[in-house]
Amino acid sequence: MADSTDRTGSDAAPLVHAVNVTKAFHGNEVLKGIDMDVARGEVVVLLGPSGSGKTTFLRCINQLETIDGGRIWVDGDLMGYEDRGGVLHHLTDKQIAGQRREIGMCFQRFNLFPHKTVLENIIEAPTQVKGVSKAEAKARAVELLEQVGLSDKPAAYPSQLSGGQQQRVAIARALAMDPKLMLFDEPTSALDPELVGEVLKVMRDLAEGGMTMIVVTHEMGFAREVADRVVFMDAGVVVEQGPPSEVIGNPQHARTRAFLSRMRQEEAAHAAAQDPIA
Amino acid sequence: MTSTTQDRPGRIEARPVRHPWRWVAMAVIAVLAAMMVSSFLTNDKWNFPFAFEIMQQSPVIEGLWKGTIFGTVGAMILGIGLGVVLAVMRLSTNPVLRGVAFVYTWFFRAIPRYVLLVLLGTGIGFLYPVFDIGVPFGQQIGNALGIEGGLTFFALDYNSISSTIWVGILGLGLSEAAYMAEIARAGIMSVDKGQTEAAQALGMPPGKTMRRVVLPQAMRVIVPPTGNETIAMVKDTSLLAAVPVIVELFYQSYQFGQRSFQIMPGIVAATIWYLIVCSILMVGQSRLERYYGRGFGAVPKKTQHKLTKIGADH
Repeated sequence: MADSTDRTGSDAAPLVHAVNVTKAFHGNEVLKGIDMDVARGEVVVLLGPSGSGKTTFLRCINQLETIDGGRIWVDGDLMGYEDRGGVLHHLTDKQIAGQRREIGMCFQRFNLFPHKTVLENIIEAPTQVKGVSKAEAKARAVELLEQVGLSDKPAAYPSQLSGGQQQRVAIARALAMDPKLMLFDEPTSALDPELVGEVLKVMRDLAEGGMTMIVVTHEMGFAREVADRVVFMDAGVVVEQGPPSEVIGNPQHARTRAFLSRMRQEEAAHAAAQDPIA
Repeated sequence: MTSTTQDRPGRIEARPVRHPWRWVAMAVIAVLAAMMVSSFLTNDKWNFPFAFEIMQQSPVIEGLWKGTIFGTVGAMILGIGLGVVLAVMRLSTNPVLRGVAFVYTWFFRAIPRYVLLVLLGTGIGFLYPVFDIGVPFGQQIGNALGIEGGLTFFALDYNSISSTIWVGILGLGLSEAAYMAEIARAGIMSVDKGQTEAAQALGMPPGKTMRRVVLPQAMRVIVPPTGNETIAMVKDTSLLAAVPVIVELFYQSYQFGQRSFQIMPGIVAATIWYLIVCSILMVGQSRLERYYGRGFGAVPKKTQHKLTKIGADH
Protein backbone atom coordinates (compact mmCIF):
# COMPACT_ATOMS: atom_id res chain seq x y z
CA MET A 1 0.00 0.00 0.00
CA ALA A 2 2.74 2.40 0.97
CA ASP A 3 4.69 1.86 -2.24
CA SER A 4 3.13 3.36 -5.34
CA THR A 5 4.67 0.56 -7.45
CA ASP A 6 2.98 -2.26 -5.63
CA ARG A 7 -0.62 -2.21 -6.64
CA THR A 8 -1.16 -4.82 -9.28
CA GLY A 9 -4.79 -5.35 -10.15
CA SER A 10 -6.17 -2.70 -7.85
CA ASP A 11 -8.97 -0.83 -9.61
CA ALA A 12 -8.38 2.48 -7.89
CA ALA A 13 -4.74 2.72 -8.99
CA PRO A 14 -3.97 4.33 -12.35
CA LEU A 15 -3.26 1.94 -15.20
CA VAL A 16 -0.42 4.09 -16.48
CA HIS A 17 1.73 5.90 -13.97
CA ALA A 18 4.60 7.93 -15.46
CA VAL A 19 6.92 9.99 -13.30
CA ASN A 20 9.51 12.50 -14.50
CA VAL A 21 10.09 10.79 -17.86
CA THR A 22 13.02 12.23 -19.82
CA LYS A 23 14.34 11.30 -23.22
CA ALA A 24 16.93 12.83 -25.53
CA PHE A 25 17.90 11.99 -29.10
CA HIS A 26 21.58 12.81 -29.75
CA GLY A 27 21.63 15.44 -27.03
CA ASN A 28 18.34 16.97 -28.13
CA GLU A 29 15.95 16.75 -25.16
CA VAL A 30 12.55 15.65 -26.45
CA LEU A 31 10.89 14.85 -23.13
CA LYS A 32 11.77 17.06 -20.18
CA GLY A 33 10.20 15.37 -17.21
CA ILE A 34 6.72 14.16 -18.08
CA ASP A 35 4.36 13.14 -15.26
CA MET A 36 1.16 11.45 -16.27
CA ASP A 37 -1.39 9.14 -14.71
CA VAL A 38 -4.06 7.42 -16.79
CA ALA A 39 -6.93 5.78 -14.95
CA ARG A 40 -8.57 2.53 -16.02
CA GLY A 41 -11.14 3.14 -18.73
CA GLU A 42 -9.93 6.68 -19.27
CA VAL A 43 -9.44 8.12 -22.77
CA VAL A 44 -6.58 10.60 -22.89
CA VAL A 45 -5.84 12.64 -25.98
CA LEU A 46 -2.34 14.09 -26.35
CA LEU A 47 -2.36 17.33 -28.28
CA GLY A 48 0.52 19.50 -29.32
CA PRO A 49 2.51 20.83 -32.22
CA SER A 50 4.82 18.46 -34.05
CA GLY A 51 8.08 18.04 -32.18
CA SER A 52 6.34 18.52 -28.85
CA GLY A 53 7.27 14.97 -27.77
CA LYS A 54 3.78 13.44 -27.70
CA THR A 55 4.57 10.61 -30.10
CA THR A 56 7.89 9.95 -28.37
CA PHE A 57 6.12 9.72 -25.00
CA LEU A 58 3.60 7.27 -26.46
CA ARG A 59 6.40 5.12 -27.86
CA CYS A 60 8.18 5.20 -24.50
CA ILE A 61 5.16 3.64 -22.81
CA ASN A 62 5.58 0.36 -24.71
CA GLN A 63 9.35 0.70 -24.92
CA LEU A 64 9.74 1.27 -28.63
CA GLU A 65 11.96 4.03 -27.25
CA THR A 66 13.98 3.56 -24.09
CA ILE A 67 13.72 6.39 -21.60
CA ASP A 68 16.75 8.15 -20.14
CA GLY A 69 15.20 9.05 -16.81
CA GLY A 70 12.06 8.71 -14.73
CA ARG A 71 9.88 5.63 -14.44
CA ILE A 72 6.81 4.31 -16.23
CA TRP A 73 4.53 1.75 -14.62
CA VAL A 74 1.75 0.03 -16.54
CA ASP A 75 -0.69 -1.83 -14.32
CA GLY A 76 1.87 -1.84 -11.54
CA ASP A 77 4.71 -3.24 -13.70
CA LEU A 78 7.80 -1.07 -14.03
CA MET A 79 8.44 -0.92 -17.77
CA GLY A 80 11.83 -2.18 -18.95
CA TYR A 81 13.48 -2.71 -15.59
CA GLU A 82 13.33 -4.77 -12.49
CA ASP A 83 13.82 -3.05 -9.17
CA ARG A 84 15.87 -5.38 -6.97
CA GLY A 85 16.30 -3.71 -3.62
CA GLY A 86 16.59 -0.23 -5.06
CA VAL A 87 18.95 -1.24 -7.91
CA LEU A 88 17.48 -1.26 -11.40
CA HIS A 89 18.28 -4.21 -13.63
CA HIS A 90 17.55 -4.22 -17.37
CA LEU A 91 14.93 -6.75 -18.41
CA THR A 92 15.77 -9.23 -21.18
CA ASP A 93 14.27 -8.81 -24.65
CA LYS A 94 11.87 -11.66 -23.90
CA GLN A 95 10.66 -10.05 -20.67
CA ILE A 96 10.14 -6.75 -22.48
CA ALA A 97 8.16 -8.57 -25.17
CA GLY A 98 6.03 -10.01 -22.38
CA GLN A 99 5.29 -6.54 -21.02
CA ARG A 100 4.30 -5.30 -24.45
CA ARG A 101 1.65 -8.02 -24.83
CA GLU A 102 -0.59 -6.10 -22.45
CA ILE A 103 -0.38 -2.95 -24.56
CA GLY A 104 -1.87 -2.59 -28.03
CA MET A 105 -0.52 -0.01 -30.44
CA CYS A 106 -1.70 1.48 -33.73
CA PHE A 107 0.71 3.37 -35.95
CA GLN A 108 0.33 6.31 -38.26
CA ARG A 109 1.36 4.15 -41.21
CA PHE A 110 -0.64 1.06 -40.08
CA ASN A 111 2.37 -1.31 -40.41
CA LEU A 112 0.25 -4.32 -41.30
CA PHE A 113 2.28 -7.34 -42.38
CA PRO A 114 2.04 -7.07 -46.18
CA HIS A 115 2.86 -10.76 -46.81
CA LYS A 116 -0.06 -11.94 -44.70
CA THR A 117 -3.78 -11.73 -45.32
CA VAL A 118 -6.04 -9.72 -43.03
CA LEU A 119 -6.96 -12.85 -41.09
CA GLU A 120 -3.34 -13.99 -40.83
CA ASN A 121 -2.35 -10.53 -39.61
CA ILE A 122 -4.86 -10.74 -36.79
CA ILE A 123 -4.15 -14.30 -35.64
CA GLU A 124 -0.35 -13.97 -35.90
CA ALA A 125 0.37 -12.65 -32.43
CA PRO A 126 -2.24 -14.65 -30.49
CA THR A 127 -1.09 -17.94 -32.04
CA GLN A 128 2.64 -17.22 -32.09
CA VAL A 129 3.03 -15.33 -28.84
CA LYS A 130 0.15 -16.30 -26.58
CA GLY A 131 -0.18 -19.91 -27.69
CA VAL A 132 -3.86 -19.60 -28.56
CA SER A 133 -5.05 -22.38 -30.87
CA LYS A 134 -5.53 -21.47 -34.49
CA ALA A 135 -9.25 -22.23 -34.48
CA GLU A 136 -9.81 -20.12 -31.38
CA ALA A 137 -7.77 -17.24 -32.77
CA LYS A 138 -9.68 -17.38 -36.05
CA ALA A 139 -13.03 -17.29 -34.28
CA ARG A 140 -11.89 -14.26 -32.30
CA ALA A 141 -10.52 -12.63 -35.48
CA VAL A 142 -13.89 -13.00 -37.19
CA GLU A 143 -15.55 -11.28 -34.22
CA LEU A 144 -13.01 -8.47 -34.28
CA LEU A 145 -13.40 -7.97 -38.02
CA GLU A 146 -17.11 -7.60 -37.47
CA GLN A 147 -16.43 -5.09 -34.71
CA VAL A 148 -14.34 -2.93 -37.07
CA GLY A 149 -16.78 -3.42 -39.94
CA LEU A 150 -14.61 -5.56 -42.20
CA SER A 151 -16.16 -9.01 -42.01
CA ASP A 152 -15.99 -9.28 -45.81
CA LYS A 153 -12.20 -8.90 -46.00
CA PRO A 154 -10.48 -11.79 -44.14
CA ALA A 155 -8.71 -13.11 -47.26
CA ALA A 156 -7.58 -9.76 -48.63
CA TYR A 157 -3.96 -8.67 -48.52
CA PRO A 158 -3.30 -5.24 -46.96
CA SER A 159 -2.26 -3.80 -50.32
CA GLN A 160 -5.79 -4.45 -51.58
CA LEU A 161 -7.37 -2.32 -48.86
CA SER A 162 -7.84 1.42 -48.51
CA GLY A 163 -5.92 3.25 -45.81
CA GLY A 164 -8.97 3.44 -43.58
CA GLN A 165 -9.59 -0.28 -43.93
CA GLN A 166 -5.93 -1.03 -43.20
CA GLN A 167 -6.03 1.04 -40.03
CA ARG A 168 -9.18 -0.74 -38.88
CA VAL A 169 -7.44 -4.09 -39.46
CA ALA A 170 -4.49 -2.78 -37.46
CA ILE A 171 -6.86 -1.95 -34.60
CA ALA A 172 -8.37 -5.44 -34.79
CA ARG A 173 -4.86 -6.93 -34.82
CA ALA A 174 -3.95 -5.04 -31.66
CA LEU A 175 -7.23 -5.98 -29.95
CA ALA A 176 -6.65 -9.66 -30.70
CA MET A 177 -4.07 -9.70 -27.89
CA ASP A 178 -6.75 -8.47 -25.43
CA PRO A 179 -4.67 -5.51 -24.29
CA LYS A 180 -5.34 -3.53 -21.13
CA LEU A 181 -4.27 -0.35 -22.83
CA MET A 182 -4.40 0.90 -26.41
CA LEU A 183 -1.96 3.45 -27.78
CA PHE A 184 -2.82 5.33 -30.97
CA ASP A 185 -0.05 7.24 -32.72
CA GLU A 186 -1.74 9.69 -35.11
CA PRO A 187 -3.97 6.91 -36.46
CA THR A 188 -5.70 9.09 -39.03
CA SER A 189 -2.85 11.35 -40.17
CA ALA A 190 -1.90 9.23 -43.17
CA LEU A 191 -5.51 8.88 -44.36
CA ASP A 192 -7.41 10.66 -47.08
CA PRO A 193 -9.92 12.99 -45.37
CA GLU A 194 -12.96 10.97 -46.43
CA LEU A 195 -11.54 7.85 -44.72
CA VAL A 196 -10.84 9.45 -41.34
CA GLY A 197 -14.41 9.06 -40.07
CA GLU A 198 -14.56 5.26 -40.33
CA VAL A 199 -11.41 4.88 -38.19
CA LEU A 200 -12.56 7.42 -35.61
CA LYS A 201 -15.89 5.62 -35.34
CA VAL A 202 -14.14 2.35 -34.45
CA MET A 203 -12.05 4.19 -31.87
CA ARG A 204 -15.11 5.86 -30.42
CA ASP A 205 -16.86 2.47 -30.09
CA LEU A 206 -13.77 1.15 -28.37
CA ALA A 207 -13.77 4.06 -25.91
CA GLU A 208 -17.44 3.52 -25.17
CA GLY A 209 -16.67 -0.14 -24.51
CA GLY A 210 -14.44 0.97 -21.63
CA MET A 211 -10.98 0.53 -23.19
CA THR A 212 -8.20 2.62 -21.66
CA MET A 213 -6.75 4.66 -24.52
CA ILE A 214 -3.97 7.16 -25.06
CA VAL A 215 -4.40 8.88 -28.41
CA VAL A 216 -2.03 11.21 -30.20
CA THR A 217 -4.13 12.99 -32.80
CA HIS A 218 -4.91 16.27 -34.46
CA GLU A 219 -8.62 15.43 -34.74
CA MET A 220 -10.12 18.12 -32.53
CA GLY A 221 -13.65 16.78 -32.96
CA PHE A 222 -12.58 13.41 -31.59
CA ALA A 223 -10.74 15.06 -28.70
CA ARG A 224 -13.77 17.17 -27.80
CA GLU A 225 -16.33 14.39 -27.96
CA VAL A 226 -14.49 11.23 -26.89
CA ALA A 227 -11.63 12.27 -24.60
CA ASP A 228 -12.07 12.26 -20.85
CA ARG A 229 -8.98 14.36 -20.59
CA VAL A 230 -6.87 16.36 -23.00
CA VAL A 231 -3.17 16.81 -22.34
CA PHE A 232 -1.48 19.64 -24.19
CA MET A 233 2.26 19.17 -24.67
CA ASP A 234 4.80 21.56 -26.09
CA ALA A 235 8.61 21.37 -26.28
CA GLY A 236 8.79 18.24 -24.13
CA VAL A 237 6.64 19.36 -21.21
CA VAL A 238 2.96 19.10 -20.29
CA VAL A 239 1.68 22.66 -20.61
CA GLU A 240 -1.84 22.07 -19.37
CA GLN A 241 -4.40 19.32 -19.03
CA GLY A 242 -7.99 18.80 -18.11
CA PRO A 243 -11.40 17.95 -19.57
CA PRO A 244 -11.72 18.88 -23.26
CA SER A 245 -14.26 21.56 -22.44
CA GLU A 246 -11.59 23.39 -20.44
CA VAL A 247 -8.40 22.75 -22.41
CA ILE A 248 -10.00 23.17 -25.82
CA GLY A 249 -12.91 25.40 -24.77
CA ASN A 250 -11.08 27.69 -22.40
CA PRO A 251 -7.29 27.29 -22.64
CA GLN A 252 -5.28 29.03 -19.92
CA HIS A 253 -1.87 29.17 -21.59
CA ALA A 254 -0.80 31.29 -24.52
CA ARG A 255 0.92 28.32 -26.16
CA THR A 256 -2.26 26.25 -26.01
CA ARG A 257 -4.31 29.11 -27.41
CA ALA A 258 -1.85 29.65 -30.28
CA PHE A 259 -1.88 25.94 -31.14
CA LEU A 260 -5.67 25.68 -30.98
CA SER A 261 -6.27 28.72 -33.16
CA ARG A 262 -3.92 27.25 -35.76
CA MET A 263 -5.82 23.94 -35.59
CA ARG A 264 -9.15 25.78 -35.95
CA GLN A 265 -7.97 27.51 -39.10
CA GLU A 266 -6.95 24.17 -40.57
CA GLU A 267 -10.23 22.61 -39.56
CA ALA A 268 -12.15 25.42 -41.15
CA ALA A 269 -10.20 24.98 -44.35
CA HIS A 270 -11.02 21.28 -44.28
CA ALA A 271 -14.66 21.85 -43.50
CA ALA A 272 -14.92 24.18 -46.46
CA ALA A 273 -13.62 21.36 -48.64
CA GLN A 274 -15.98 18.69 -47.35
CA ASP A 275 -18.49 17.67 -44.73
CA PRO A 276 -17.37 17.47 -41.12
CA ILE A 277 -16.80 14.02 -39.75
CA ALA A 278 -19.80 12.37 -38.15
CA MET B 1 -23.56 7.26 -85.80
CA THR B 2 -21.51 9.36 -88.16
CA SER B 3 -19.26 12.06 -86.83
CA THR B 4 -21.28 15.12 -85.95
CA THR B 5 -18.69 17.68 -86.93
CA GLN B 6 -15.92 17.55 -89.49
CA ASP B 7 -13.44 19.69 -87.54
CA ARG B 8 -13.29 17.56 -84.35
CA PRO B 9 -10.24 15.19 -84.52
CA GLY B 10 -11.19 11.55 -84.86
CA ARG B 11 -9.47 8.20 -84.38
CA ILE B 12 -5.66 8.31 -84.62
CA GLU B 13 -4.13 6.54 -87.59
CA ALA B 14 -0.47 7.53 -87.59
CA ARG B 15 2.50 6.05 -89.45
CA PRO B 16 4.90 4.19 -87.13
CA VAL B 17 8.49 5.38 -86.66
CA ARG B 18 10.83 3.51 -89.00
CA HIS B 19 13.75 1.51 -87.59
CA PRO B 20 16.13 0.88 -90.50
CA TRP B 21 19.03 -0.14 -88.22
CA ARG B 22 17.01 -3.01 -86.85
CA TRP B 23 16.87 -4.47 -90.33
CA VAL B 24 20.60 -4.01 -90.78
CA ALA B 25 21.31 -5.69 -87.45
CA MET B 26 19.02 -8.57 -88.36
CA ALA B 27 20.82 -9.07 -91.65
CA VAL B 28 24.23 -9.17 -89.94
CA ILE B 29 23.02 -11.64 -87.34
CA ALA B 30 21.42 -13.82 -90.02
CA VAL B 31 24.72 -14.03 -91.90
CA LEU B 32 26.66 -14.89 -88.71
CA ALA B 33 24.08 -17.54 -87.78
CA ALA B 34 24.28 -19.05 -91.24
CA MET B 35 28.06 -19.24 -90.98
CA MET B 36 27.79 -20.98 -87.62
CA VAL B 37 25.25 -23.52 -88.83
CA SER B 38 27.34 -24.21 -91.88
CA SER B 39 30.35 -24.85 -89.65
CA PHE B 40 28.28 -27.25 -87.52
CA LEU B 41 27.28 -29.16 -90.65
CA THR B 42 30.55 -29.15 -92.56
CA ASN B 43 33.22 -29.46 -89.84
CA ASP B 44 32.88 -33.03 -88.70
CA LYS B 45 35.09 -32.43 -85.66
CA TRP B 46 31.90 -31.16 -83.99
CA ASN B 47 30.40 -34.62 -84.33
CA PHE B 48 27.05 -33.78 -82.74
CA PRO B 49 25.63 -37.30 -82.92
CA PHE B 50 28.50 -38.47 -80.73
CA ALA B 51 27.90 -35.55 -78.35
CA PHE B 52 24.28 -36.68 -77.89
CA GLU B 53 25.55 -40.20 -77.29
CA ILE B 54 27.96 -38.96 -74.61
CA MET B 55 25.13 -37.09 -72.94
CA GLN B 56 23.32 -40.37 -72.37
CA GLN B 57 26.27 -42.39 -71.06
CA SER B 58 25.63 -43.66 -67.55
CA PRO B 59 28.86 -42.25 -66.01
CA VAL B 60 27.91 -38.84 -67.42
CA ILE B 61 24.36 -39.09 -66.07
CA GLU B 62 25.75 -40.27 -62.74
CA GLY B 63 28.12 -37.31 -62.70
CA LEU B 64 25.21 -34.99 -63.50
CA TRP B 65 23.09 -36.28 -60.61
CA LYS B 66 25.63 -37.19 -57.94
CA GLY B 67 28.13 -34.45 -58.65
CA THR B 68 26.56 -31.46 -60.34
CA ILE B 69 22.99 -31.50 -59.06
CA PHE B 70 23.60 -33.05 -55.64
CA GLY B 71 26.62 -30.78 -55.19
CA THR B 72 24.61 -27.68 -56.15
CA VAL B 73 21.73 -28.55 -53.85
CA GLY B 74 24.01 -29.39 -50.93
CA ALA B 75 26.24 -26.36 -51.33
CA MET B 76 23.27 -24.01 -51.71
CA ILE B 77 21.49 -25.44 -48.64
CA LEU B 78 24.66 -24.94 -46.61
CA GLY B 79 25.32 -21.56 -48.22
CA ILE B 80 21.81 -20.14 -47.74
CA GLY B 81 21.42 -21.49 -44.20
CA LEU B 82 24.80 -20.28 -43.03
CA GLY B 83 24.48 -17.07 -45.04
CA VAL B 84 21.20 -16.07 -43.39
CA VAL B 85 22.67 -16.84 -39.96
CA LEU B 86 25.71 -14.70 -40.81
CA ALA B 87 23.47 -11.86 -42.03
CA VAL B 88 21.45 -11.92 -38.80
CA MET B 89 24.72 -11.99 -36.83
CA ARG B 90 26.05 -9.09 -38.86
CA LEU B 91 22.96 -7.00 -38.01
CA SER B 92 22.91 -8.06 -34.36
CA THR B 93 23.55 -5.70 -31.47
CA ASN B 94 26.10 -8.15 -30.10
CA PRO B 95 29.58 -6.91 -31.12
CA VAL B 96 31.14 -10.38 -30.89
CA LEU B 97 28.64 -11.84 -33.37
CA ARG B 98 29.05 -8.85 -35.67
CA GLY B 99 32.83 -9.23 -35.66
CA VAL B 100 32.75 -12.98 -36.33
CA ALA B 101 30.37 -12.51 -39.26
CA PHE B 102 32.51 -9.75 -40.72
CA VAL B 103 35.74 -11.75 -40.51
CA TYR B 104 34.05 -14.82 -42.00
CA THR B 105 32.74 -12.87 -44.98
CA TRP B 106 36.05 -11.12 -45.48
CA PHE B 107 37.99 -14.40 -45.45
CA PHE B 108 35.78 -16.55 -47.65
CA ARG B 109 35.14 -13.84 -50.20
CA ALA B 110 38.87 -13.40 -50.67
CA ILE B 111 39.60 -17.10 -51.35
CA PRO B 112 39.04 -18.44 -54.88
CA ARG B 113 36.79 -21.48 -54.83
CA TYR B 114 39.31 -23.57 -56.71
CA VAL B 115 41.97 -22.81 -54.09
CA LEU B 116 39.53 -23.50 -51.26
CA LEU B 117 38.61 -26.88 -52.73
CA VAL B 118 42.26 -27.89 -53.10
CA LEU B 119 42.89 -26.72 -49.56
CA LEU B 120 40.04 -28.78 -48.15
CA GLY B 121 40.66 -31.83 -50.34
CA THR B 122 44.41 -32.08 -49.98
CA GLY B 123 45.68 -29.57 -47.43
CA ILE B 124 43.45 -30.43 -44.48
CA GLY B 125 44.04 -34.16 -44.84
CA PHE B 126 47.79 -33.48 -44.83
CA LEU B 127 47.60 -31.26 -41.72
CA TYR B 128 45.09 -33.25 -39.68
CA PRO B 129 44.81 -36.83 -40.91
CA VAL B 130 42.59 -37.67 -37.93
CA PHE B 131 40.06 -35.43 -36.20
CA ASP B 132 39.62 -36.13 -32.50
CA ILE B 133 36.20 -35.08 -31.32
CA GLY B 134 36.29 -34.42 -27.59
CA VAL B 135 37.19 -31.90 -24.93
CA PRO B 136 39.29 -28.97 -26.21
CA PHE B 137 43.00 -29.65 -25.51
CA GLY B 138 41.83 -33.12 -24.45
CA GLN B 139 45.08 -34.79 -25.55
CA GLN B 140 47.25 -32.41 -23.55
CA ILE B 141 45.03 -32.70 -20.50
CA GLY B 142 44.89 -36.47 -20.92
CA ASN B 143 48.67 -36.74 -21.13
CA ALA B 144 49.09 -34.59 -18.07
CA LEU B 145 46.67 -36.73 -16.08
CA GLY B 146 48.03 -39.96 -17.53
CA ILE B 147 44.74 -41.03 -19.12
CA GLU B 148 45.23 -43.32 -22.11
CA GLY B 149 43.81 -41.88 -25.34
CA GLY B 150 43.16 -38.47 -23.83
CA LEU B 151 39.64 -37.10 -23.54
CA THR B 152 38.55 -38.04 -27.04
CA PHE B 153 35.01 -39.28 -27.60
CA PHE B 154 35.59 -40.50 -31.13
CA ALA B 155 38.07 -39.96 -33.94
CA LEU B 156 37.30 -39.18 -37.57
CA ASP B 157 39.73 -40.30 -40.26
CA TYR B 158 39.66 -37.27 -42.54
CA ASN B 159 41.41 -39.00 -45.41
CA SER B 160 38.52 -41.42 -45.69
CA ILE B 161 36.22 -38.55 -46.68
CA SER B 162 38.68 -36.08 -48.20
CA SER B 163 37.90 -37.05 -51.80
CA THR B 164 34.14 -37.30 -51.48
CA ILE B 165 31.39 -34.98 -52.62
CA TRP B 166 30.87 -33.98 -48.97
CA VAL B 167 34.15 -32.10 -48.89
CA GLY B 168 33.20 -30.46 -52.18
CA ILE B 169 29.83 -29.41 -50.75
CA LEU B 170 31.56 -28.13 -47.61
CA GLY B 171 33.98 -25.99 -49.64
CA LEU B 172 31.46 -24.61 -52.10
CA GLY B 173 28.90 -24.07 -49.30
CA LEU B 174 31.32 -22.22 -47.02
CA SER B 175 32.31 -19.98 -49.88
CA GLU B 176 28.71 -19.42 -50.96
CA ALA B 177 27.68 -18.48 -47.41
CA ALA B 178 29.90 -15.41 -47.59
CA TYR B 179 28.04 -14.16 -50.66
CA MET B 180 24.62 -15.20 -49.38
CA ALA B 181 25.30 -13.31 -46.15
CA GLU B 182 25.61 -10.07 -48.11
CA ILE B 183 22.47 -10.83 -50.13
CA ALA B 184 20.46 -11.72 -47.03
CA ARG B 185 21.72 -8.63 -45.23
CA ALA B 186 20.54 -6.40 -48.06
CA GLY B 187 17.17 -8.20 -47.98
CA ILE B 188 16.74 -7.81 -44.23
CA MET B 189 17.66 -4.13 -44.36
CA SER B 190 15.14 -3.55 -47.15
CA VAL B 191 12.23 -4.38 -44.82
CA ASP B 192 10.54 -1.28 -43.38
CA LYS B 193 11.44 -0.60 -39.74
CA GLY B 194 7.72 -0.18 -39.01
CA GLN B 195 7.32 -3.93 -39.53
CA THR B 196 9.69 -4.71 -36.69
CA GLU B 197 7.99 -2.12 -34.49
CA ALA B 198 4.54 -3.54 -35.22
CA ALA B 199 5.73 -7.04 -34.32
CA GLN B 200 7.42 -5.76 -31.17
CA ALA B 201 4.31 -3.83 -30.17
CA LEU B 202 2.38 -7.12 -30.43
CA GLY B 203 4.79 -8.65 -27.94
CA MET B 204 6.79 -10.80 -30.35
CA PRO B 205 10.32 -11.51 -29.12
CA PRO B 206 13.20 -10.53 -31.44
CA GLY B 207 13.87 -14.03 -32.82
CA LYS B 208 10.26 -14.59 -33.75
CA THR B 209 10.00 -11.10 -35.23
CA MET B 210 12.93 -11.95 -37.49
CA ARG B 211 11.60 -15.36 -38.52
CA ARG B 212 7.90 -14.57 -38.91
CA VAL B 213 7.84 -10.95 -40.05
CA VAL B 214 11.17 -9.68 -41.36
CA LEU B 215 12.70 -12.67 -43.17
CA PRO B 216 9.56 -13.60 -45.19
CA GLN B 217 9.47 -10.03 -46.49
CA ALA B 218 13.21 -9.96 -47.04
CA MET B 219 12.79 -13.05 -49.25
CA ARG B 220 11.26 -10.86 -51.94
CA VAL B 221 14.60 -9.10 -52.24
CA ILE B 222 16.70 -12.20 -51.50
CA VAL B 223 15.19 -14.66 -54.01
CA PRO B 224 16.26 -13.11 -57.35
CA PRO B 225 19.98 -12.84 -56.52
CA THR B 226 19.83 -16.28 -54.85
CA GLY B 227 18.54 -17.70 -58.12
CA ASN B 228 21.56 -16.22 -59.84
CA GLU B 229 23.82 -17.69 -57.17
CA THR B 230 22.24 -21.13 -57.66
CA ILE B 231 22.78 -20.99 -61.39
CA ALA B 232 26.37 -19.89 -60.82
CA MET B 233 26.78 -22.78 -58.38
CA VAL B 234 25.68 -25.31 -61.03
CA LYS B 235 28.62 -24.14 -63.09
CA ASP B 236 31.02 -23.99 -60.15
CA THR B 237 30.48 -27.68 -59.47
CA SER B 238 32.82 -28.20 -62.41
CA LEU B 239 35.53 -27.12 -59.94
CA LEU B 240 34.86 -30.24 -57.86
CA ALA B 241 37.64 -31.95 -59.80
CA ALA B 242 40.01 -29.88 -57.64
CA VAL B 243 39.04 -31.80 -54.49
CA PRO B 244 39.39 -34.25 -56.36
CA VAL B 245 35.83 -35.41 -56.94
CA ILE B 246 35.53 -36.88 -60.41
CA VAL B 247 31.89 -38.03 -60.33
CA GLU B 248 30.85 -34.72 -61.83
CA LEU B 249 29.34 -33.77 -65.17
CA PHE B 250 32.14 -31.92 -66.91
CA TYR B 251 34.96 -34.24 -65.85
CA GLN B 252 33.02 -37.31 -66.95
CA SER B 253 31.91 -36.05 -70.35
CA TYR B 254 35.30 -34.50 -71.10
CA GLN B 255 36.94 -37.82 -70.25
CA PHE B 256 34.62 -39.56 -72.68
CA GLY B 257 35.70 -37.20 -75.41
CA GLN B 258 39.39 -37.60 -74.60
CA ARG B 259 39.28 -41.39 -74.43
CA SER B 260 37.77 -41.53 -77.91
CA PHE B 261 40.03 -38.73 -79.26
CA GLN B 262 36.93 -36.58 -79.90
CA ILE B 263 37.42 -33.51 -77.73
CA MET B 264 34.58 -31.31 -78.99
CA PRO B 265 31.70 -33.76 -78.47
CA GLY B 266 32.73 -34.15 -74.83
CA ILE B 267 32.65 -30.41 -74.24
CA VAL B 268 29.43 -29.99 -76.21
CA ALA B 269 27.71 -32.76 -74.25
CA ALA B 270 28.51 -31.03 -70.94
CA THR B 271 27.49 -27.63 -72.35
CA ILE B 272 24.08 -28.90 -73.42
CA TRP B 273 23.47 -30.47 -70.03
CA TYR B 274 24.43 -27.21 -68.27
CA LEU B 275 22.04 -25.31 -70.56
CA ILE B 276 19.19 -27.70 -69.73
CA VAL B 277 19.75 -27.60 -65.96
CA CYS B 278 20.06 -23.79 -65.89
CA SER B 279 16.93 -23.34 -68.02
CA ILE B 280 14.92 -25.44 -65.58
CA LEU B 281 16.31 -23.42 -62.67
CA MET B 282 15.28 -20.16 -64.33
CA VAL B 283 11.66 -21.35 -64.50
CA GLY B 284 11.80 -22.34 -60.83
CA GLN B 285 13.25 -18.97 -59.92
CA SER B 286 10.42 -17.01 -61.54
CA ARG B 287 7.86 -19.15 -59.68
CA LEU B 288 9.59 -18.51 -56.36
CA GLU B 289 9.67 -14.80 -57.07
CA ARG B 290 5.94 -14.80 -57.61
CA TYR B 291 5.34 -16.67 -54.34
CA TYR B 292 7.41 -14.28 -52.22
CA GLY B 293 5.97 -11.26 -54.01
CA ARG B 294 2.50 -12.01 -52.65
CA GLY B 295 0.83 -9.04 -51.01
CA PHE B 296 2.97 -6.73 -53.12
CA GLY B 297 1.17 -5.69 -56.30
CA ALA B 298 0.17 -8.72 -58.34
CA VAL B 299 -2.48 -10.86 -56.65
CA PRO B 300 -1.91 -14.62 -56.70
CA LYS B 301 -4.57 -16.64 -58.55
CA LYS B 302 -5.47 -18.66 -55.48
CA THR B 303 -6.32 -15.53 -53.51
CA GLN B 304 -8.29 -14.04 -56.35
CA HIS B 305 -10.31 -17.23 -56.34
CA LYS B 306 -10.81 -17.02 -52.57
CA LEU B 307 -11.85 -13.38 -52.82
CA THR B 308 -14.44 -14.00 -55.51
CA LYS B 309 -15.81 -16.90 -53.46
CA ILE B 310 -16.21 -14.68 -50.42
CA GLY B 311 -17.85 -12.07 -52.60
CA ALA B 312 -20.31 -14.67 -53.89
CA ASP B 313 -21.19 -15.78 -50.36
CA HIS B 314 -22.51 -12.34 -49.53
